[in-house]
Amino acid sequence: MDSAKTHEILESAEFKKLVKTRWNISLAFTFVMLFVYIGFLLVIAYNKDFLKMPLGDSINLAIVVGLGIIFFSWLITGLYVYWANNYYDNEVHEIKKKL
Amino acid sequence: MSLNLLLQVNPSGTASTLGTANPVSIAIFFLFVAVTLYITYWAAKKTKTGSEFYAAGRNISGFQNGLALAGDYMSAASFLGIAGMVATKGYDGLIYSIGFLVGWPLIMFLVAEPLRNLGKYTFADVVAFRLKQRPIRIAASVGSLLTISFYLIAQMVGAGSLIKTLFGLNYEIAVVVVGVVMTMYVLFGGMLATTWVQIIKAVLLLSGATMLVLLALAQFNFSPAELFQSVKTQYGADMLAPGGFITNPFDAISLGLALMLGTAGLPHILMRFYTVPDDKAARKSVFVATGFIGYFYVLTFFIGFAALALVGKDAILSLDKGGNMAALLLAENTGGSAFLGFIASVAFATILAVVAGLTLSGASTISHDLYVHVVKKGVSDEKGEIKVAKRATIFLGILAVALGLMFKGQNVAFMVGLAFSIAASANFPALLMSIIWKKFTTQGAVWCMVTGAVLSLVLIVISPTVWVDILGNEVAIFPLKNPTIVSMTAAFVVGIIVSLAKPEKAAADLFESEKLRTYLGHGSEK
Repeated sequence: MDSAKTHEILESAEFKKLVKTRWNISLAFTFVMLFVYIGFLLVIAYNKDFLKMPLGDSINLAIVVGLGIIFFSWLITGLYVYWANNYYDNEVHEIKKKL
Repeated sequence: MSLNLLLQVNPSGTASTLGTANPVSIAIFFLFVAVTLYITYWAAKKTKTGSEFYAAGRNISGFQNGLALAGDYMSAASFLGIAGMVATKGYDGLIYSIGFLVGWPLIMFLVAEPLRNLGKYTFADVVAFRLKQRPIRIAASVGSLLTISFYLIAQMVGAGSLIKTLFGLNYEIAVVVVGVVMTMYVLFGGMLATTWVQIIKAVLLLSGATMLVLLALAQFNFSPAELFQSVKTQYGADMLAPGGFITNPFDAISLGLALMLGTAGLPHILMRFYTVPDDKAARKSVFVATGFIGYFYVLTFFIGFAALALVGKDAILSLDKGGNMAALLLAENTGGSAFLGFIASVAFATILAVVAGLTLSGASTISHDLYVHVVKKGVSDEKGEIKVAKRATIFLGILAVALGLMFKGQNVAFMVGLAFSIAASANFPALLMSIIWKKFTTQGAVWCMVTGAVLSLVLIVISPTVWVDILGNEVAIFPLKNPTIVSMTAAFVVGIIVSLAKPEKAAADLFESEKLRTYLGHGSEK
């Protein structure tokens, strides 16, 4: 591959947009995950009683939130894979055709 | 912080058959070793080149690698330790295990795909991609080898005590057996054998833990609500809610950051992304790993509470003051001594697999980063490199046994936290900045890694974890139990300041052309 071609792709609007979208999504998801987990720790540190709120006879909010974060981790990871498989990979395929 | 409580095992006053030779567990253990050594023999025939030794020829599928990643990550300490924590401290055990899981989504978002596209065998490949090889390789090796060593000590000492309790085997013999068997996997079978050992172990551990939960829930009409109700009636509602684990928010966040971001800086985990064919498979493997690891922590949560409800807190604590035998006592309670034997041998297999993964990644750091890129300045034939990798494996096997014997009976629980702290402070910041920041320089990376490693080490020594709990001083010089919030922030800041102070034009220029490889996989290792 000649360097002019490389340069052309690197400077193309679609490649720049691809890289930008990729990091916008990655960093947004990272901050959501950090917010959820660190928020959880801070609620525990400052307001334990809130989490002790009963939901039904034997379950409380703490159990639902704790297991919920595990499910949320799966969900957000799956969401990223879904996006990458359906959007990112297609874009990469299109750009690679020009190489 | 008390992850590896396995060390406080006290087998005296046994009410169960724990600590005596159990024929089922010995049979299953021998079967496991026989099968895995046969796989090693099979793998040895396919392991000739560098890419085969370090990366299983990059032929592992995304799903297989996901299981293997889960196998690498789910240690005996998290199986027995977290179940034990839930069984003795209740809900607090869950807070801890969540911390170990939430790092996985971040591996996906930040490092998995660029790592696969840019690197070859180690994470230092990525950091050094457009920077000066020698200084980066030396600094990255320090971070890697420190992380691996502390993790390894915790695993080996845990292994010795655990096996002593499970099988009634002498501590020293247990450590030597673990060292010899895992060295054989790595030495002869390289990454291919290590991967299959991880996969088999992950399947055994996940199915064993699932069976344990089902057998336990059967006693509550398969209703988790009835299980929680039983815990509540016997021990009070507070057992099901956060207790004293988190009181100081800075401590909580510091530990949270270490667990979350440290996962993305563990050399033996990062290395696994080179075993798959491309970035798409790397992506899939993180998703699969996150699923299995999350499922596993849900299981340990139920195992802990079921042990609390069925075995009882006093019975668990009488056997081991850390509560580590909770899962095993529950196994005996619900499935008899044959099932106890099965779970015990699964725990043993777990230790073997984790130490094998650590040793392989240590050996690749020594041979690929230090020997090839520092001693030989990047010019080395493959034969020479593999020879050094194999010698490094033997050296690390002997070192692991020696460390296991040296630290016998010592409190090494803080070492897992320290390993995560160094991974989060020395390895992760340099890796992330080298991927996303154009102006990152060689000097910036070196100072970033050195700052992260040195601060982690120094601060943990003067923290309450070591200064008060181990050295017996009255007051700690540094107030937090885990240093990551300070050491990681400092590593980022130092890396940025040094890079901005003295720009490196060559590195910045290469950043643009590197993008074809980072984002399109153009020119990645096949």
